[in-house]
Amino acid sequence: MIAEAIRRSPLADYAERFAALHEATNGAISIRELPFLTQINLRAQPDQRIPQRLADVLGLALPLTPNTVASSANHRALWLGPDEWLIVGAADEARAIEHSMRDAVTGATASIVDVSANRTVMLIQGERAQELLAHGIAIDLHPRAFGPGRCAQTLLAKVQVIMERRSDDNAFHVYVRGSFTSSLADWLLDAVGRPE
Amino acid sequence: MSRLPQGGRIDRSRPLRFSFNGTSYSGYAGDTLASALLANDVRVVGRSVVYGRPRGIFTAGIEEPNALVQIGPEPMLRATQVELVDGLQAAGLNGKGRAVPEQDAARFDKTYVHCEVLVIGGGRAGLTAALEAGRSGDRVILVDEQAELGGRLLTAGWNDWLTSTITQLSSMPEVRLLTRATAFGLYDQNLALVAERRPNGQRLWQVRGRKIVIATGAHERPLVFANNDRPGIMLAGAVRTYINRYGVAPGQRAVIFTSNDSTKPLEADLQRAGISLEAIIDVRTGQAIVDTVAESGVALESVIVVPLTGNHNRREIQCNLLCVSGGFNPALHLFSQAQGRLRYDDGLACFAPEAPIDGVEVIGAASGDLNGRGQGTIVPSWVIPGDGEDWSTHFVDLERDATVADVQQALGTGMRSVEHVKRFTTIGTGSDQGKTAGINESAIIATQLGQPVGAVGVTTYRPPYVPIPFALLAGRNRRELFEPIRVTPLHVWHVAHGAVFENAGQWKRPRYYPREDEDTDAAVARECRAARENVAAVDVSTLGKIDIQGPDVLEFLNRIYTNAFDTLKEGSCRYALMCGADGMVFDDGVVMHLGPDHWLATTTTGGAAAVLDWMEEWLQTEWPDLRVHLTSVTDQWAAVAVVGPRSRNVVHSLFPNLSVGPDSFPFLAIRENEIRDMPVRLHRITFSGELAYELWTPSWYGLSLWEAVMVAGEPLGITPYGLGAMEILRAEKGYIIVGQDTDGTVTPQDLGIDWMISKRKPFIGQRSHRRVDTTRTDRKHLVGLLPLDGDALLAEGSQLVLQSDRTSRYSVGHVTSSYRSPTLGRTFALALLQSGRERIGSTIYAPLDGQVVAASVVEPIFYDKENARRDS
Repeated sequence: MIAEAIRRSPLADYAERFAALHEATNGAISIRELPFLTQINLRAQPDQRIPQRLADVLGLALPLTPNTVASSANHRALWLGPDEWLIVGAADEARAIEHSMRDAVTGATASIVDVSANRTVMLIQGERAQELLAHGIAIDLHPRAFGPGRCAQTLLAKVQVIMERRSDDNAFHVYVRGSFTSSLADWLLDAVGRPE
Repeated sequence: MSRLPQGGRIDRSRPLRFSFNGTSYSGYAGDTLASALLANDVRVVGRSVVYGRPRGIFTAGIEEPNALVQIGPEPMLRATQVELVDGLQAAGLNGKGRAVPEQDAARFDKTYVHCEVLVIGGGRAGLTAALEAGRSGDRVILVDEQAELGGRLLTAGWNDWLTSTITQLSSMPEVRLLTRATAFGLYDQNLALVAERRPNGQRLWQVRGRKIVIATGAHERPLVFANNDRPGIMLAGAVRTYINRYGVAPGQRAVIFTSNDSTKPLEADLQRAGISLEAIIDVRTGQAIVDTVAESGVALESVIVVPLTGNHNRREIQCNLLCVSGGFNPALHLFSQAQGRLRYDDGLACFAPEAPIDGVEVIGAASGDLNGRGQGTIVPSWVIPGDGEDWSTHFVDLERDATVADVQQALGTGMRSVEHVKRFTTIGTGSDQGKTAGINESAIIATQLGQPVGAVGVTTYRPPYVPIPFALLAGRNRRELFEPIRVTPLHVWHVAHGAVFENAGQWKRPRYYPREDEDTDAAVARECRAARENVAAVDVSTLGKIDIQGPDVLEFLNRIYTNAFDTLKEGSCRYALMCGADGMVFDDGVVMHLGPDHWLATTTTGGAAAVLDWMEEWLQTEWPDLRVHLTSVTDQWAAVAVVGPRSRNVVHSLFPNLSVGPDSFPFLAIRENEIRDMPVRLHRITFSGELAYELWTPSWYGLSLWEAVMVAGEPLGITPYGLGAMEILRAEKGYIIVGQDTDGTVTPQDLGIDWMISKRKPFIGQRSHRRVDTTRTDRKHLVGLLPLDGDALLAEGSQLVLQSDRTSRYSVGHVTSSYRSPTLGRTFALALLQSGRERIGSTIYAPLDGQVVAASVVEPIFYDKENARRDS
């Protein structure tokens, strides 16, 4: 019998390389994993009363405009599709959030799935973060087109990701599926090795 | 030396050494290789590709057809585009470059960029357009192929305007200026591809511009006359460039041969450079050059001039520089790539845009405004007869060595289309894409056929506008970054324990874990025996997983899969098979009933994305009434299969409070449990035919779970195993692998798994199973094969025939899977065989590479037919 169950995030081995990157670029690019964040995938018809009922639970109105994010103090909701959202919260809150969401949708057709371990989140920030990402992302990341509060499902270096720009102009959350994570991290580290 | 004492934009304080064909020379910063060669009186830079004729520098830019050089691993660079750097070593070519085996040290990468306005071309028109767009605050990208912005202005002495304009543009935060950047392709939705030459490599810019401004200028075109290819013959505009921009006199005694006014400023330039102007031969005044002479057989020494009026009063004029202008071709390659149509303008004697296209604007000389080039009145003289009937030295395409005689031959065979003539003569197919040749070709065809030039038209312009290295298109997607690599949360353990990996799509999966001195077969055999005789574990995290919720899931699953799930209770799972609408096996997996309105389906590793798309498509387009929602959870879960007769002991020691007896936790049951904080879902399913448990945990616990399994199994000698053993174990039981034992033409009935096909409900593919073709009895069936020689291994993919003596003319099937089985102590195989089930008991033959392997046809199950071990 093992002494303890150890949770290991997909980018656990990259912390040092990311720190070295931050140093090498004088902070112009910094990459950090935000491990174990709560992520709940919600699928529901927006024409039902679900958005309102969930709004009460989550403290935010589900965004109905494509590729936008709604935020409250503790949660964010990313629009993924006409009937699909990703609810994001602090680490280890999945059970609580899932439970209260399930109560809120009782009687309606909705699917609530804990996907916290499905993707990890990379925080990529710094004044050259956008330029770095543009090496592998075909969509327009300029703040005019993809400002704070915007998200998108797209490909980064051929890897399916959810992109979210944080309130800081120079910060992005990249949600990437666990199996692709080390490959994407290698790609990003290699890309930074190509000086402008 | 032909360097002028002063003038030009070169930096005379920075001399550079370089070598050409092994001889050392010097030039200055700001030179191109071409200007530096001319300054050093190097007149011959290469030999032509077909006739081996000496060739010199013909242009001063991207359109150069002659001066191709090799620099290190880079073949076929244009000397007119190579910036001189200290220590440069170049060699002239005989028309062809060389691929060299050395690794190219250059680095290539790619990036995307978006803007409101992309201006292609940094001459006067492009700079003006960029300035105007930049002032509006729009994001503007200006790309220019040269090292310096300015285009023709660099030759024309607009230095103050240039400096001021570039300064203004540089101060605009949303304006990006890219030099040494050639836009080589313009595609749908205004996607432009731009190749930027960088100090140690190239970058591909994938530019999406809301508006594209084409300001690519115009290329001067030559006149076509006998022996028009000798070194010393140069486009008139290029001569101006060498004098004014590079401070080089490309010759000492010059003759101008023109059909238009653009050569006027050249006269003053020649004088200023101290070059004597021997004559101006203007076809508009009824004169022409009908031949050129090079007594030494190398460079130009004189030209032969005659009046065009029939008076055969020949004049020979000594000269070593012939400046030629036949007018201008607007550079509309990109416009045409974007499906812009061209029209021939008789007054301008060139093709110009016929009509605008959405999102693309053409300005400046590219639009047909040739005032800046000073063309004035032009009398196009597309082809100038020589002394006799010989047209074999009237070169149309210098790079391809193609002549008017070649065009005549093409027309003589009956070809009329410019596209056919292009392919017959090869005009325009060189690495210069015929920039100086294409329009002359069209016009010569028109002249010969007595048609208007516009009726002949031009050949289709296709990207790339300039040669592009494949390495640039690959960018950083090379070697380990070629494709994304997927690994499971257990990957680090596999690596640390010496696993040999196998690619399964993008996944890296352990094939086996060799111990010291073990070869592949030995390691795989050991792993097989452990699973059959003791206990073993395998990482199955790569399986596709789809969470399915909603009140109508049961109905949905019954339609998607061939088998029915009405009787599948919560807490149980079932093997599931799906077909395409054609009735052919599409994927398989396990469907798990987790709770009220909550199910989960696994897919094959390779089929995960396709199956999710397939299910989503049916829900969205055909069955929107079904209240079902899908969520991909492939990466949410790590999965470990604990396999073998003693797997129960391991599971029991991991989950002491779980009742694991055969009755309390039977085959196909699901249980929830935990190891300390780690939640684990246990499934009694098997892909080996042994007693087995599949343990799932959220992926971040995956490594911990695997290590716990290894610790708990250590006293029993638990053995990790890979795909090699997994495939043998499943084949011994006749379990198929979709995509290996099936190929999209195989029905469940062909596989002999009719029990998987429900007769009580409709499902996708059902109607196709009633077709005449799918119900005939002589289809290929899945069978087992046992080679008569139990050591002989059938090659997977081997064709099967009915006779051993090579008289069989037709294949009746093929081997889909073939292995050495340590359990059976012999080789065995699975095969798809015509009327296979009727042939059970007979012998079949697999001829391959001169050997014939005979095998008995048997049922496709080799081990534990009663499933006693599975259900134990």
